[in-house]
Amino acid sequence: MSLNVVSLVSVGRHPQSGRARRADQDGRAVELGLKLVAKALSVVHVGDPDDPVLRQYAGMGLPSMTILKQDKSIDAVPILSQFLQQEKIDIVLTGVRAESGESSGMVPYLLAHALGWPVVARVADIVSVKDGEAQVLLALPRGQRRAVSVKLPFIASVDHAAEIARQSAFALGLRASIESVESVGEVDRIRVDWQESVAKSRPKRLKTVKAKTAAERFKAATAKPEGGTGKVMKNETPKEKARAIFDLLLEEKVIR
Amino acid sequence: MSNVSSLGISSLGIVRRDPRKEWIARNRLHPLYHEVINEGLGSVVGPSGLIRKNPHQIGFIGPNGIKRIDRLKGNGADTSNKRHGSAQEVVLPLHVVTTPDFYLVVVPDLVGGRLSSHDKDILGLAHALQGGMEGNGAVVAVCFGDVKETQFDLAGVDRLIHLTGTEFEGFTPEARVAALVQIDTQLAPQHWLFPDSIHGGTDLGSRLAASLGERPATQAWQVIPEKVVCRGAGGSLDIARQTPRIVMVLEECGNAIDETRHEVLPISVDALEIQSAHLIDHGQVAVDPNEIPLAEAEFIVSAGNGIHNWAQYHQTAQALGATEGASRVAVDDGFMPRFRQVGASGTWVTARVYLAVGISGAIQHMQGIGQCEKIIAINTDAGCDMVKRSHLSVIDDSDVILSELMQLAQEYGVNDKPSQENSPEESQNVA
Repeated sequence: MSLNVVSLVSVGRHPQSGRARRADQDGRAVELGLKLVAKALSVVHVGDPDDPVLRQYAGMGLPSMTILKQDKSIDAVPILSQFLQQEKIDIVLTGVRAESGESSGMVPYLLAHALGWPVVARVADIVSVKDGEAQVLLALPRGQRRAVSVKLPFIASVDHAAEIARQSAFALGLRASIESVESVGEVDRIRVDWQESVAKSRPKRLKTVKAKTAAERFKAATAKPEGGTGKVMKNETPKEKARAIFDLLLEEKVIR
Repeated sequence: MSNVSSLGISSLGIVRRDPRKEWIARNRLHPLYHEVINEGLGSVVGPSGLIRKNPHQIGFIGPNGIKRIDRLKGNGADTSNKRHGSAQEVVLPLHVVTTPDFYLVVVPDLVGGRLSSHDKDILGLAHALQGGMEGNGAVVAVCFGDVKETQFDLAGVDRLIHLTGTEFEGFTPEARVAALVQIDTQLAPQHWLFPDSIHGGTDLGSRLAASLGERPATQAWQVIPEKVVCRGAGGSLDIARQTPRIVMVLEECGNAIDETRHEVLPISVDALEIQSAHLIDHGQVAVDPNEIPLAEAEFIVSAGNGIHNWAQYHQTAQALGATEGASRVAVDDGFMPRFRQVGASGTWVTARVYLAVGISGAIQHMQGIGQCEKIIAINTDAGCDMVKRSHLSVIDDSDVILSELMQLAQEYGVNDKPSQENSPEESQNVA
C-alpha cells in the first residue's frame, strides 16, 4: 500500500534580510515527506502560483506542485480543508509556525478539527508507517524525544528538530511543473481590523527593588551578587571527591 | 534603638516603641534627657543618703529571652532587634474572592510538576487583567496529573482545578483538551491564558482554540483587557488586536504575584467523558547525548587543557550519559571538533549541570557558561576562575577523578545500553 503524503508549504521570510525564502520548517516538512514517499509526495500551497519562492521547494526534487490560487487576504484554512477532503490522504505535514502573516501556528489544528483527524505537534521524525499506524518521534525541549504512535490519517507539524531541508537545485525547480488550481475562498474578516506594525523590541524586565525602609534599600543596593565560591574539596581521597561529584549529579537528576 | 525605657513588650510579644522617648534619649542636651535615661535604672536614695541601685531593674530582656544591659544608654548602634522581627515569616495579606463575577483560567505548564517562572508570570498577568476589568474575577489554575508545587497560594491561584487519573498522566493532550472544553462550559471563563512555550502550553492552547472555534492570540507580549499585541510573521511584525478569549503569552510578559496570598480553593469538575486517545504515548526515548545540540544539552562534561587521557575522558562522558564540550585550547590542539567548543567564539550553552574537567576558566569560556545553573570543576589549581565560579570544586588530577567517576557510574548502572559508541568523528578526535 502506497502512502499518500501531502506537505503544505508557505512563503518564508529570512530573519535577517527579510527577503522571501523557502520557510525553514516547511522545507523540513517537505524533506520528511520526501523521506517517506520520495517523489510521490504532493506539495500544496495556497497563494500566488507565480511566486518564484515556490520554485525553491520544487528544486528539492519535486516533479510538480499544486498551487491553490488565492489572494493574500483570503483565509487559507477552508480552502485547504476542502482540498484535502477531496483526496484520500494519509499524512499531512506542515511547519509549526509560518514565517509570514499571522504565524499563529493554528493551521494544522484547524485543519485537523475540520477533517476530524488527530494532530501531532512538533514532530522530529516519522520513524515508520506500518498497518495503518505511524511511529512518530516528537521533539521535546533540551533535545529529548518522545515516541508516539498514531493511526492514519493524521496531521503533523514538523519541528525544527527534524532533518534539515536538502539544498534546492535551481534548474530542477525551474523544470518542475506548477499546477495552478482555481479555488473559492472567503476574505479573513477578523484580520481586517488588526493593526500591523514593524515589531518593536520588547522592553527588558527591570530588576525592581520593593524595599519599604531605607535599611532594606541600602541592603539591596550594596548586596554582593549571590553565590561565592562553592564547596572546595582539596585534601579528601580521590574516592571521596568522585563520590561528592557523583552525588551532586544524582541530586540534580542528570544521571538517571 | 534598643533603649531601656522606650521598649515595652506586650503580652502578645509585640514590641512597642516610644519614639518620643527614643528621640529624647538621642539628644543629650534635651532637658528631659537624664530622666529618660535613668528611668529604668531604678536608682533610689537610701535612708543613709547613699544612692542605691536595684540590680534587678537594670536592663531589659532581649529578643532571645536573655537580659541585656545597655551601657551606651541608647546611643549605641541599632541592634538587629527590628530586623530580627521582620526576618521571621512575613504573613502576606490574603486576597479573597468570595463570589467571583467571572473567571480567568490559566493552564500552567508545570514543568517537572512545579510552576515555572513563565507560569508565575502568567498568573500575575491574569491578576493584572482581572484588575483592569469590571467586577470581581477569580484566577483559576488548571493542573493535570502529578503536581509537586506547594506554593500555589503565593503564586496567585484563587481557585485550583486539579485533575488526576491515569488518563491525564504523561503525554495526553487529547484528554486534557477534553477536560478543558468541559471546564469551558462549566465556568465560562472570560479569558483562557496559556504559556506560549515548547513545554506543551502552545499545543494545548491551540487544540482548545480549534475545538472551541475561537481565534486565539498567539505569541502575545502585551495583554491588557481591551487590546493585545502579538508577534507575527516570524517575529518581525507586531499585531495589535482586540483581546480574544484565548491568549497564549510569551515569556516575561507579566509580573509574578509577590505581595498577596491567595485562597487556592478547589473547584471540582463534573464527570468527564474522555474518549479513547488517538495518540498513544510510548514514553521518552533514550537519546544519544552527543546528538543533542550543545546549546540545549542539559548535562555537559567539558574538557580542557588538563586532560591527558582523552580516551578515558570520552569513556567517562559516555558512562555518565553527558554531552561533550571543550575549551578553546582542547579544540585548537585538535583533540575535539570545533563544534564542541564552549565559550564566546563557540557555543553559549544553557546546561543545567556543567562539569568542567581541567578548565581553568578564561573569561571567554566563562561567558559561554553564564547561563549554567550548577557548575562542577575538576582542576589542579585551587585559585583558578573556574573554581571561584563553581558550586563544587575538586582539586586533583583529572585522570584520577575521572577513573573514579567512571567506576561509580558503572556500579550505578547508568549506561545499560550495551553498544553505544561515540559518533565516529568524536572517537577519532578529529586531529
